[in-house]
Parts: sequence; C-alpha cells; structure tokens
Amino acid sequence: MVYVVIIFLWTAILLYILLGGADFGAGIIELFTSRANRPRMRKKMYEAIGPIWEANHMWLIIVIVILFVGFPKIYTTVSIYLHIPLVCMLMGIIARGTAFVFRNYDAVKDDMQKVYTPIFVISSVITPFFLGIIAASAVSGQIDLQAQDFVSAYILSWLSWFSLSVGLFTVTICAYLATVFIIGEAENEQDGQLFTRKARRTIFIVMAAGGLVFLAAHSEGIPLLNWIFSDVPGIIALIMATISLVITFVLLNRNKPIMLRLLAGFQVTMILFAATYSHFPDIILLKGGDNLSLLRHQGELKTMEALGYALLIGSIFIIPALVYLIYSFQQKKGTKGAH
Amino acid sequence: MDDFLAARLQMAFSLGFHIVFSCIGMVMPFFMCTAHYLWLKRKKAVYLDVTKAWSKGVAIFFATGAVSGTVLSFELGLLWPKFMEHAGPIFGMPFSLEGTAFFIEAIALGFYLYGWNRFHPWFHWFTGVIVGISGLLSGILVVAANAWMNSPAGFDFINGQYLNIDPMKAMFNEAWFSQALHMCVAAFVSTGFAVAGVHAMMILKGKNVNFHRKAFQIAAIFGTIAACLQPISGDISAKDVAKRQPAKLAAMEAHFHTEKGVPLIIGGIPDTATQTVKYAVKIPKALSFMATGDFNAEVKGLDQIPKKDQPPVAVVHYAFQIMVGLGMAMLGLAVVYFIALLKKKNWAGSKWMLKLFVIATPMGFLALEAGWTVTEVGRQPWIIYGVMRTADAVTPMPGIAYSFYLFTAVYISLAIIVSLLLFRQITMVDKLYDSSSDKKIK
Repeated sequence: MVYVVIIFLWTAILLYILLGGADFGAGIIELFTSRANRPRMRKKMYEAIGPIWEANHMWLIIVIVILFVGFPKIYTTVSIYLHIPLVCMLMGIIARGTAFVFRNYDAVKDDMQKVYTPIFVISSVITPFFLGIIAASAVSGQIDLQAQDFVSAYILSWLSWFSLSVGLFTVTICAYLATVFIIGEAENEQDGQLFTRKARRTIFIVMAAGGLVFLAAHSEGIPLLNWIFSDVPGIIALIMATISLVITFVLLNRNKPIMLRLLAGFQVTMILFAATYSHFPDIILLKGGDNLSLLRHQGELKTMEALGYALLIGSIFIIPALVYLIYSFQQKKGTKGAH
Repeated sequence: MDDFLAARLQMAFSLGFHIVFSCIGMVMPFFMCTAHYLWLKRKKAVYLDVTKAWSKGVAIFFATGAVSGTVLSFELGLLWPKFMEHAGPIFGMPFSLEGTAFFIEAIALGFYLYGWNRFHPWFHWFTGVIVGISGLLSGILVVAANAWMNSPAGFDFINGQYLNIDPMKAMFNEAWFSQALHMCVAAFVSTGFAVAGVHAMMILKGKNVNFHRKAFQIAAIFGTIAACLQPISGDISAKDVAKRQPAKLAAMEAHFHTEKGVPLIIGGIPDTATQTVKYAVKIPKALSFMATGDFNAEVKGLDQIPKKDQPPVAVVHYAFQIMVGLGMAMLGLAVVYFIALLKKKNWAGSKWMLKLFVIATPMGFLALEAGWTVTEVGRQPWIIYGVMRTADAVTPMPGIAYSFYLFTAVYISLAIIVSLLLFRQITMVDKLYDSSSDKKIK
C-alpha cells in the first residue's frame, strides 16, 4: 500500500507543478507583457484558467495531507527547518488566491484593480520561487539537524545559490507552461503571433535558468550531474526532455496547440522524474547523509492502508468529475457564459 | 512576546479567521440553491438575480476559505511539529477524506460559476447542491479531527509511545458527533442571521426592496430554524463534555467546588484566587440537571483537577456566557419571526422586525467565535487531551512573534478587503439587477 500512497504523492506533486504552474505562469507572463498587450493577455488567461483554478490549491493540500498522515517525520522536519521559505510561499499563496478572486469579482471596476493586479502578479512570481527553494533545499543536504545557532538551523537550511537558482528555474518553468498553454486560446492571427513569440523567448530563458542550476550546483559541491547521469532511467528522461523541447520549438508556429501542451507537460514530467528517481526512496537529504526515506519513515501499517484506500476512493470521485469539467469547458468555448 | 504565546495566538487568529469564511462558504451554497430552485420553478427574474448575486458571494468566500485552509494545513506543522509528528498518522483519516470532499466542492463550484447557459438547467442547479453538500461534509470531517484532540481514541499510549494505531476509531471518536452537529448548526445560524441582517438593512434603506425581501426571507428561514435546533445540540454537547472533559465544563461554569445539586451560574466574575464567582445569577440545581439529567447529581469542580491541568477559567467562562447569551437572543428572535410568519402576517415585513434582524447581524458569528474559544481554550493545557501538552508541541524555532505579527497583518488586511468587496457587491445590487417587480420571463 505504501507504493500506492507514493504514486499518489508523486502524481499530486506533478499535477501541482503542471496545472498550478501554468496558473502561476499566467501571472508571471503578465509581468513580462507590454502595457499595450496586457489587457488582451489577461482576458485570455482568465478564460483559460478560470474554470479550473479553484481546483489547483487542492493538489498542494493533497501533498501536505499525504505527508503529515503517512510520513509525519518528513513533514515535521521540513516544517521546522524550512519554516521561513514555507511562510514566504504561504504569503504568496494567500496574496495570489485572494487577489485573483478580488479582481474578477469586484462589482466596481475602478482604481482598486490597480491594487489587486500588482499583488496578483508579484505573488505569482514569489510562490513558485519559494516552492523551488523548498524543493531544492530538501534534496541538497543543507538541512542540519545538529545545528546549534539560529542562522545555521533556520537560514542556511535553505539559503544557497543552488536553492535560489532552482527557485528561479521553477519560475521560468511556470512561465513556459503558461505561454505554451495559452497558444491554444488565441482566436486570431495577431494573438497567435504574440503568444508564439512569447513562448519562443521563454524557452531560451528556461534553458538559461537550467544552466544556472548546474553552475550553482557545481560551485557548491552538490553532485547534481552524478545524480542525473548515474543511472540509465535518469539519462533517458533527460534526453527525452531535450528531444521533445526541440520538437516543441519546431512546432511552435505550426498551429498544433494540443500537441504543444502535451509536449510541455511531458518535459516537466521527465524533469521531475529525473530529479526524484536517483534518490528514491529518499526524499529529504540531510547534512551528514542521514536521509529521510519514504520507505523507512512511513507510518504504521494501518495508517498507510487507511490513507491508501482514502486516496483510491477519493480519486474514483475526483478524476471523472475533473476530466468532465475540463472537457466541457474545452468543448463549449465560445458559448458565452454569464460572466 | 514569548514564542509559545505567539504560536498560540497565531493559531487562534488563523482559525478564527478561517472559521468565518469556511462557515459562509459551507452554508451560502444552500441559500443560493434555494433561490436557484425558486427561479427554475417560478420563473421570476428576481430569484435569478438573487442567485447570481449570492453566487458571487460564494465565490469570494470559497476562495478566501480555501486559501486560509491551505495555510492552516501548513501552520499545523510550522507551529506544532511535535503534535503533528505523533497525531498526523492517527487523526489523519478525516483530513484525507476531507481533501476529497473539498476537491469535489471546488470542481462543482467550477461547473456552477462558469456553467450558466452551458448545461441543462437542472444539472447546473445540481452542481450547486453538490457544492453545498461537499462543503458541509468537509466541515464535518475537519471538526471530527478537532474532536479527536478533545477525545483521543484509536491508539494506545504506552511509555510515551503511540501504539496500535487505528485511524477509523480515531475518526469516530466519542466527541465527533456532538461537535460536528453543534458546528454545522452554528454555521447555519451565523450565516443565516448575517445574510438576513444585511438584506434587512437594505430593505430599510428602501433600495431594490423586492430583491432584498426575497433574499431576506430565504436567509432568515434557514437561520431561524437552525437557531431553534441549536439548544438541542447544545444540550447533547454539554452532557458529552461533562462526561469526557470535566475540567472544561467546570471552567465554562466557573464551578470551583465539587458538589451535589449544583446551580447554574449565569454571568458573574470568576476569581480563581478565592475560588468564588461574584455578581452571578444562580439557578438552583440547574447545572446538575444540564450535565447529567438529574437535579441532585454530583458535578466535578475544579478542586478535583490538579492546578497544572486546569484551563484558564475566566476566558472560558466569559466565552461560554457570550455564546449562550447570543444563542438565546437569536432563539428569541426566531420565535418572534415564526409567530409573524404563521399568525401575524403584518409583523413579518414590519420595520421593527427588520430592525431586530439588523441588530442580530453579527450575533451568530460572535457566538460562533465564542463557542470555538470555549472548546479550544477549555481543552488547555492539553493539545491532545490528557496525552500531550500544548507547550510540549510547539516548534523549537525562535522568533515566532514575528511570524505572528506578519500573519495578523495579512489577515486583518484580507478582512478589510473582503468587507469592502462585499459592501460593493451589496451596494451595486440596484445597478446590476432590476428587480422592482415580480415579472416573469419565458
């Protein structure tokens, strides 16, 4: 049963990055869009993410619940030592979630919009940035359970060039997902060109940020290259991601929106796979090598069984409903709703 | 500020904030669906307008509640890691099911908000009902988890170790039913009275009266029925607390000395030093009766509980008095309203009736917060009753005071923005919806 739980955990993380990531990306590219194009971009984004955005928090909640029920030691270690970046991420989540609703549901459209929009945009950057920092800090052996002073226990646990660069990389991935996603929403030639241009530029930025991650890892002595190239599945995943990125680049102006979305999703899946595979079942690498493992640090048998069944039963309800939700709003696009 | 106090205050503040939003998010969909049902059946445009106006309220409150709930799932670990390390695997079952219920609620809300004119009208209506039902279910599940902290079950605590974990037994602990019932009814009372009060005020202002009358009636009926049911649920809760948590009951009633035939104390100022209550009204033998059903039964006082295991008496006592007092006031108004509906038709729309409802607008939520204070502060000094102390669960990280200031600032600004948003939704009604007559469409 523990493997069922782990598969759910991994899938929930992936879906949060994919769907939540595209959602964050929408705010990020708003920041990098010229003033003239901004309203058009925003409208398209709202139409694209509106119906499913309410569901995106849920992936994160599922991840958290799986961790604290099934792997409490892992959840509490992260909560204690990564307290500060977690709080920063939460601030981003609060600001973003509320600003999004406020700007779309305020009955009066006036200067308050000038308050909501920057909050939404800035928090769209902050949230994935700290998410990346947290993920990087978890696997880079920075957390020191023996630390005696405040700085080494609660600051150096996450503040490093490697963590910062992964944070940046996560932000660019989100922007990339959003730009690819929105291409399919373009209704006219002009929009299509605007979105394609954005996507192409973002690809270069993602690659540059990825390069930075390797540089930072190298300078801080984190054996990132070893992790990825030490086993065959990791290498294959990375090669597949690279090939599909090239295909994406070629297909960008060929009007194949669904194919592009699938490719982008595939790349992110491969990156997450490569990043997690080499450590499995370890999930938190601690300073001194005493790692936290999904297998050794799992809860009691009865807990894991209950959790596994709860997740299985839950997905029987959730998956068809979610698929139908996305399907209906893809099909009936153009029919005007009440908003 | 010391870290332990800061952590407790931050948790109290976060929960106190979340509870308002989640209760509205849980109950408003039922009001919305009732208006929607009336629209589909009677085809009067005013009901459609009410439905749409309320659906915007639901969206705002759902999103805010979802965000504050996400934050809470992190805060449990950020502030109380030692508690979560042991409690997570035991009381996690309701949380994992709640995830599902909440997810379905979000999906259904997506269908509902964006589904106008896209689906069959009754399917569209039905997705709204699903929003309400799954919201209520998640509320019940979360309260079941809290009930476990009051009534730990589903494990054996041997030499500081948590053994033989049974998540199902933990979920269906002794307190889950009485607490969940009390909370759900409270959500209906507080949301009903708050919504009814706002619309009553708009009727008194004479703007778009037809729209607000319809809205007022739906909310008032839900709220008043719930207000009449709440004393029954309160009685179940009182008997349950008396049995399981005598210290909490003793603090609620500022009952210092173990006796037989104990009077019920109303109001008064408890003094823990002298163990007396000044200026209180006493109803002879009533506490014994309420706690056990027998006028002469013995009720355990605080003298039977070691000093270090006693909750703070004054806070719990005052909070309990506020909750019961406001509950009684709303019950009174509910009875008057029913008389108006059934016997004295001319009372129902009268100015004084509306004014009473305007006065009652915040009462439900004040009572709700007071009740939450009773159950949480009344459990102290324990985080898991009788098993783990709150002080032993707090995070080792220093400087929590800064985190508390930050969260407080954020929650206060959110509360201000949400109030502004609602104010605007309400004042825009006469511009957005023309519901001056009972015109029918189609």
